[in-house]
Amino acid sequence: MVLKVYTWLDERLGISTIYDLVLDRKVPKVNWWFTLGSASLFLFLIQAVTGVFLTVYYVPSPDHAYDSIQYIMNGVAFGWLIRGIHHWGASVMVIVVFAHMLRTFFMAAYKYPRELTWITGVFLLITTLGMGFTGYLLPWNQRSYWATTVGTDLVGTVPIVGDFLQAVLRGGTDLSAVTLARFFSVHIWFLPAVILILLGIHLYMVVKLGISSVPKEE
Amino acid sequence: MARSHKLDRREFVAIVLAFLGSIMGVVVGLPAIGYLIDPATKTQKKEDWISVGPPENYPIGTPTLFSFTRTTVNGWEKTVNSYGVYITRWTDAVDDISAFSNLCTHLSCRVTWNEDEMGYICPCHDGIFDDQGEVVAGPPPEALQEYETKVEEDVIYIYFKEG
Repeated sequence: MVLKVYTWLDERLGISTIYDLVLDRKVPKVNWWFTLGSASLFLFLIQAVTGVFLTVYYVPSPDHAYDSIQYIMNGVAFGWLIRGIHHWGASVMVIVVFAHMLRTFFMAAYKYPRELTWITGVFLLITTLGMGFTGYLLPWNQRSYWATTVGTDLVGTVPIVGDFLQAVLRGGTDLSAVTLARFFSVHIWFLPAVILILLGIHLYMVVKLGISSVPKEE
Repeated sequence: MARSHKLDRREFVAIVLAFLGSIMGVVVGLPAIGYLIDPATKTQKKEDWISVGPPENYPIGTPTLFSFTRTTVNGWEKTVNSYGVYITRWTDAVDDISAFSNLCTHLSCRVTWNEDEMGYICPCHDGIFDDQGEVVAGPPPEALQEYETKVEEDVIYIYFKEG
């Protein structure tokens, strides 16, 4: 019965073709460093799912942000678990994505014909850092408030347009409700959308070109 | 029956994966469901017995106002509502007590006891209720809400219901 349903679906969707191309593709003999990409993808999915769950209770307003997170941590069943995974997963993701970049760099896997994989990967690293930066403000506690104050101050030192860029980031001259709202929006809409597009290209390139093998000594 | 079927490696791996996958699904899924439905499991009681003090506080024959507040917690927000109830001891008997809400049944203004009129007067539209809470005059559609009362260890309680 299950087989029948599967065959019916497969005939129309081509699931087995996708499976063969994506998961059963030929790969060179590689080592554990080559798992960092999959680990990054897995961490992204975890962050996405736990993030969606956090928005059920989190309110991005100075009046409610801190209290709503206190409520998630102490009031809601398993809220501590979901925010804990999101909180620690964020740090782990930055580390893993960065290690993934280092592996690609040191093994020279960015060379022809994989330049686009590398370029999208660099932007994925930057957006990951952007997620970390925007997410850091959302708890609206002392640490996140002042970290974002300093972080946006840095932008102000850019020659000529610095003040303007800083005002754009903050949504005004000071950190305010506007800042919190736009950081939230960027954190849950803009950056995830950019990540999905880049990730699509990145993974397509990986599947299409295959991965490079471990460099051999001369 | 005993037509022994030899489990090959693929089947074994598939069964183990399905088994472990189900466990992981439950371990991940149940907390997720618990997280989502949690507020529904913590709804507060809208009614309760409330102490309004010893009978000595209430002179016999005179409706006397008792004010109290009730706090409701929704998520991280607390809402404090204040309520008033008129307690009347009719006689010396401990259980001969009436308790009426001071909310006018017309548009929820607060009624006050007027000794001269011997009635509860609503300041908004001149609704008048007698000492039994029944409508005497004015626009109120029904009698004042009456609460159940009891006396335990020399303290009067009313069974408070919202709305």
